[in-house]
Amino acid sequence: MNLWSTLVAPFAEYAFMRSALVACMALAVAGGPLGTLLLLRRMGLVGDVLSHAVMPGAAIGFALAGSALSVLSTGGLLTGIAVVLLMIFGTRLGAQREDASLAAFYFASIGVGILIVSLRGTNLDLMHVLLGTVLAIDVPALVLIVTIASVVVAVLALIFRPIAIQSFDPAFLRTMGGSDSAYRAIFLVLVVLNLVAGFQAFGTLLAGVPLLLPAAAARCWAQRIGPLVGLSVGFGMAAGYAGLLVSYHLNVPSGPAIACAAALIYAVSALVPAGRTLVTAFNATRPT
Amino acid sequence: MSEPSNRDAAEPPRREVGHGCVTLRQLTVAYRERIAIEAVSGALAAGSLTAIVGANGAGKTTLLHAIAGLVAPRHGSIEISGTQAPADLAYLPQSDSIDRDFPISVLEFVALGGWARIGALGRVPPELRSRGMSALQAVGLEELAGDLLGQLSVGQFRRALFARVIVQDAAIVLLDEPFAGVDAATSDDLLRLVQRWHAEGRTVMVALHDLEQVLASFPETLLLARKAIAWGATATALTPEKLVEAGLAAPPRGPGPRLRLAMPS
Repeated sequence: MNLWSTLVAPFAEYAFMRSALVACMALAVAGGPLGTLLLLRRMGLVGDVLSHAVMPGAAIGFALAGSALSVLSTGGLLTGIAVVLLMIFGTRLGAQREDASLAAFYFASIGVGILIVSLRGTNLDLMHVLLGTVLAIDVPALVLIVTIASVVVAVLALIFRPIAIQSFDPAFLRTMGGSDSAYRAIFLVLVVLNLVAGFQAFGTLLAGVPLLLPAAAARCWAQRIGPLVGLSVGFGMAAGYAGLLVSYHLNVPSGPAIACAAALIYAVSALVPAGRTLVTAFNATRPT
Repeated sequence: MSEPSNRDAAEPPRREVGHGCVTLRQLTVAYRERIAIEAVSGALAAGSLTAIVGANGAGKTTLLHAIAGLVAPRHGSIEISGTQAPADLAYLPQSDSIDRDFPISVLEFVALGGWARIGALGRVPPELRSRGMSALQAVGLEELAGDLLGQLSVGQFRRALFARVIVQDAAIVLLDEPFAGVDAATSDDLLRLVQRWHAEGRTVMVALHDLEQVLASFPETLLLARKAIAWGATATALTPEKLVEAGLAAPPRGPGPRLRLAMPS
């Protein structure tokens, strides 16, 4: 066994491995900046909750039309956006503190989703909805994932400035005539879109992985927004590639393998404070 | 909209400051059942310098929020006239309303003051950098331009907030407790900036606690205790009886030593 057959051959020989790799790269490119912003807004768990909010819609789609991707995605998108609207207007109406209503959404989504899938499908179907099937991504699914990732990156590039300001000084945005809640809603819809894309590959349980874990690891190494985004994209890609290889060679499920690779990158990043001081020392000596 | 003609001059362009006038009519603001300010009427004349004084919870921040458009009136109205655009108003919030962990450099933060002329999507003009730098020089932070906002001390952060207001170059300036929690030197520097804005003809309103500072430096005062107890020349607004009514002084047993109401010339 040489390097080629270990690291490259699986992708050179099998189209499904190539599709999975492209999907992971696309998710990493969109998930890096989105996840970085989510964490900077202290909304990491919101991303997690939203990934479960996709589930009931996808489950209803499954019950109505089987595992057709378009139906699953549309359903997931609809319930995801519904939860975003509930979050924005629910906290405005002030029924509950946000974390309380989020906890309610979280469990309600999982419960309802699993019930619906179980009514119509097998345990295998349930596993697909929960954990995804990154190795079974076909061309339409790949097109959907890449399209969503492109849209997310394009929209973020266009309105990055107001979204960034909305994250840390919403009052300033509003005195300047910008709509605080509109940008918040756009941002959350982008998150939902990315989760719908991730759902096909990672399932509802792990759809947040390419969004949150690489961004969390990047925060251990960098402080400024550019390096944060760049590193999270890089970490996301590395985790996707490494996870797929592990999954191929050890014959284990690919979604969880990628999640473990991303978690390993995070663990190493969190345990290497020397890296942090290196970077900050470099920044400190830089002439301004 | 008239733009300055001396664009290419070395000096940062200073446009004609608008004559911003704010008129409140029976303004009532409430958060659900709790009424924060009630039936406040009065006007900030163009070019005036007004202190808002009141106990904690008297509605000072709410009043500034209402004028800045951050909270809608329950009853009554706020009319802003004489400004060039809705965003011709700068609001300096209390520091804790901004998440300082967001990784933005001091210069970038200050340059946000140019937002009104760039908008959410517009290209950042190159002169904004020099305007940001000269604003940082005015508050003594030019050395820290490249630092992250989160690395600043409380006093330095307050200076950065002032620098952003300088870049905003607005006709109406609202400051919410700008001197709270900073040392005397910082407070003096910042007060000088407030006086400069006043001298430039801007309409300035400042919420603050230090009555001696109000007496010494602010010609007009609004004494607030949910309702307007008094609004007018500082000497007439801050009488001992009215301060008692506003909950800012104990009922008199004798003349309080700290309430000498001598107005500076």
